[in-house]
Amino acid sequence: MTEPIVKPRRKNPLLRTRLPTSPPRARSRASHGFTRAAAEGRFMLQRCGACGTFCYPARDACPACLSADLVFADAPRRGALLSETTLHVPADVHFRERAPWRVGLVAMECGPTLVAHLHADCEEGQPVVMSFQLDKSGQAVAFAHPERETPNMADDRQWREMTADPKFRRVLVTNGRSIVGQEAVAALKAAGASIVFVGVAEPWKPFRGEDALRAIEGVQIVPLDIGDEKSVADLAADIGGKVDILVNTTEHVRAGGLLDRQGTSVVRDEIDQSYLGFVHLAQAFGPAMRMRGSDGVNSAAAWVNILSVYALVNWPAFGAYSASQAACLSLSHSLRAELRPGGVKVVNVFTGPLDIDWFQTVPPPKVAPRVVASSIVSALKRGLEDVFVGDVAEDIRQRLAANPKAIERELGA
Amino acid sequence: MDSNSLKQFAGAIASGAVRVVDLTFTLSPDFPVIVLPPEFGQAAPVRIQQISRYDANGPAWYWNNLTFGEHTGTHFDAPIHWFTGKDLPNNAVDTLPVRDMIAPACVIDCSAQAAQDPDFLLTVPVVEEWESRHGRIPERHWVLLRTDWSKKGWRDYANLKDDGAHTPGPNAAVMRWLVEERGVIGFGTETIGTDAGQAGHLDPPYPAHHFLHGGGRYGLQCLCNLDQLPPTGAVIVAAPLKIQNGSGSPLRVLALLPAA
Repeated sequence: MTEPIVKPRRKNPLLRTRLPTSPPRARSRASHGFTRAAAEGRFMLQRCGACGTFCYPARDACPACLSADLVFADAPRRGALLSETTLHVPADVHFRERAPWRVGLVAMECGPTLVAHLHADCEEGQPVVMSFQLDKSGQAVAFAHPERETPNMADDRQWREMTADPKFRRVLVTNGRSIVGQEAVAALKAAGASIVFVGVAEPWKPFRGEDALRAIEGVQIVPLDIGDEKSVADLAADIGGKVDILVNTTEHVRAGGLLDRQGTSVVRDEIDQSYLGFVHLAQAFGPAMRMRGSDGVNSAAAWVNILSVYALVNWPAFGAYSASQAACLSLSHSLRAELRPGGVKVVNVFTGPLDIDWFQTVPPPKVAPRVVASSIVSALKRGLEDVFVGDVAEDIRQRLAANPKAIERELGA
Repeated sequence: MDSNSLKQFAGAIASGAVRVVDLTFTLSPDFPVIVLPPEFGQAAPVRIQQISRYDANGPAWYWNNLTFGEHTGTHFDAPIHWFTGKDLPNNAVDTLPVRDMIAPACVIDCSAQAAQDPDFLLTVPVVEEWESRHGRIPERHWVLLRTDWSKKGWRDYANLKDDGAHTPGPNAAVMRWLVEERGVIGFGTETIGTDAGQAGHLDPPYPAHHFLHGGGRYGLQCLCNLDQLPPTGAVIVAAPLKIQNGSGSPLRVLALLPAA
């Protein structure tokens, strides 16, 4: 049984903050099929197109029939723990300071045997359920969970290394004026965040939901106008050292593409609010988060972006907005690489049109802000990197994978 | 006037015999700007982006890049700002006569009324009552409406409700009268605009803009320290930036007055 983690005490200022270290990074290109699966929370193995054999680890030919037709496919998650090994003095720096560390061999019901990190409640000979996780270096690793829920399961020490669970962490939600921001605050508090800082720009403008937001215990409203470099830097000067999870809930949606807009001020606003706001946040908060990636139970853990799925392919009805989102998506990949040495995840939550005023004339299905908020929490708890929320986002993802040209043409019809 | 008088004047400023009062708010990112419905183009807020500060980007020097709308902070409105003044000659900040940038002011204290009613409107009778005490408003004078609004916190200063802003200003009749009957050079307020917060519901809408700029006159807004000015006798120095075809600009507004 897992001991529940306790709320971390205040840091001893006489002690040096432990710097992040990375688990081994090297992977073959073929192995990045697992990286994709882990990023999206899927369990995929290579499967032979000729004979149907599942295999592991990643390779270039089927071990059963030597066919080169190996593709990653969703696979059954169940297996049994064949054996376990507890590493007491690992040679690797990262694992040495986390020792003892348990790994094991899992015989999958679908065939192959996997080397996996073990949840503490997995017992030798017992059934386990597998997932792929992104470890602190962003590499996919297999992780074995007990078959059934166990007490305090999410508090397992090894599991918490794979996730960015909000429990006992301190969160900054950048825009408390939006409904998505307010729902995110409530969901993160409910998930056990010890404090949620909520940015409010132009505090002289009243906003819907303000009283309810102020009434939540453990919520601290802070001045933050992410379009303003100094505002962001000033906030980071105050709380940059205690933001463990940053949730960028910037929301600046305007309809229209290029030709029906006069001038560039609307475009510029989009870029200021979305792209430059992201830059300001990253430059102000990123370095301290990267440095605090191994800072105990409430180490810096994740950066969450809420992006339109039209970052992936332009929707001309919201064409300039889509482009600003594409810029943010590209930037998120840079941030992800730059935060990786700290073991801090960058989570991109892709949504279709939200059920908010700015998509008023767009027909359903639309994503409820509350669903975005619960998806954020779920992604943090599961340690995901790429999340597609709602039918539209999932549809776009699948159509893009099938034929990017077709979807470009259809969205522009 | 001979050069001696100007020298005396400069000497009086240096000695403090002429007092200089700063009527300007600091131009900063957190100062409220006019809020329009989101479907309209918006005034860019003030942004101060550091180029270098004795660092790797410039080891010996500190400087910033600035962006802001023409109508941010304490600012000046030129006639071209409003449709009524669009066809007037010399109607932009770069072409308006420089002599108009220095003019005396009449300060009408309505702070008591504004404290009672955020939607207080200046009317002709209120100004006439002021004139009965301080004399007729001479031509080419600024009329500055003192409300003490500049002393409020930002939220009360903007005072936005779900039906718009509630801040004091002039009614339509008094604006027309000040322009046509008194020949004022301009009208200044402590609030975000020269017009009242609810002035969109007056006839014509936004009468200060309508009549001032239609008559080739100027506006000043977001002024502070009006409580330090006498009802008459102060001289206002208000020189907007020389922006090509500019409709207005943030500026430093100074009042000169005899030291008490």
